[in-house]
Amino acid sequence: MIVQPVLVVAAALFSLGIYGILVRRNAVMVLLSIELILNAVNINFIMFDAMLADTLMQGQIFTIFIITIAAAEVGIGLAIVLMLFRNRQTANINEFDLMKW
Amino acid sequence: MEIFEIVTYFILLGLISTAIRVVTTSNVIHAAISLVFTLALTAILFLILSSEFVALVLVLVYIGAVIVLFLFGIMITRAPLGKNAELDNDKNKKLGAAIAGSIFLLFSYILINGFDGEVTIASGSSTELLGEILLTRFIFPFELVSFVLLAALIGGITLARKDEALIDKDQV
Repeated sequence: MIVQPVLVVAAALFSLGIYGILVRRNAVMVLLSIELILNAVNINFIMFDAMLADTLMQGQIFTIFIITIAAAEVGIGLAIVLMLFRNRQTANINEFDLMKW
Repeated sequence: MEIFEIVTYFILLGLISTAIRVVTTSNVIHAAISLVFTLALTAILFLILSSEFVALVLVLVYIGAVIVLFLFGIMITRAPLGKNAELDNDKNKKLGAAIAGSIFLLFSYILINGFDGEVTIASGSSTELLGEILLTRFIFPFELVSFVLLAALIGGITLARKDEALIDKDQV
């Protein structure tokens, strides 16, 4: 199996995630786009792990760590969005300008 | 091995189309469901690349837990469930497309020119070896990551619970 198409698709997923972060207005949708980016990174790690046939399997191990950190990040991120929603009655990130001067 | 290549190309097509749907649909629930399909196709790709444990972890953690958390977040923050024209910031659309497109062109140029190789699809399981390596060579980051999870647990509870003064004393 040739490596390059999978890598290019992973790059496409990464840039789609960047597009989502820049364009979406709802904070939960921004978190969804971040998941897309992390997924692209996971695909790259697994592809290079299969390509290099590493004896330590570092690609797979790093992917497991990334999935764990992503789960923690979603938990904290949604807690922050929830708290912001409770205080400001909206989840649109363009209305959160408290730390902007 | 020919059949695996055909299946892989179909999976790649599906990945692109579902990911486009995640970032362009104007319905929040549809975006979350499309992300489920993206992750499921990724898990199948991982299975083809003979890393079955990571594929199972992806299905369990992402599709099982993270997406449910997202659906809770969508419903608790009362995002309008139907079509919603306000979901996107139209001012940023052109700029976002330009930035994302240039990142994609740069990345694919580097990846196509920099890496060349073939993957031979191995048969057999790699889970036993993976567990052994994870609990010997990588035991310190493993423990560290469990500490991070504990910190995220405590932080999530602290952030999301109501303020002490607001809790009605009679309900306790």
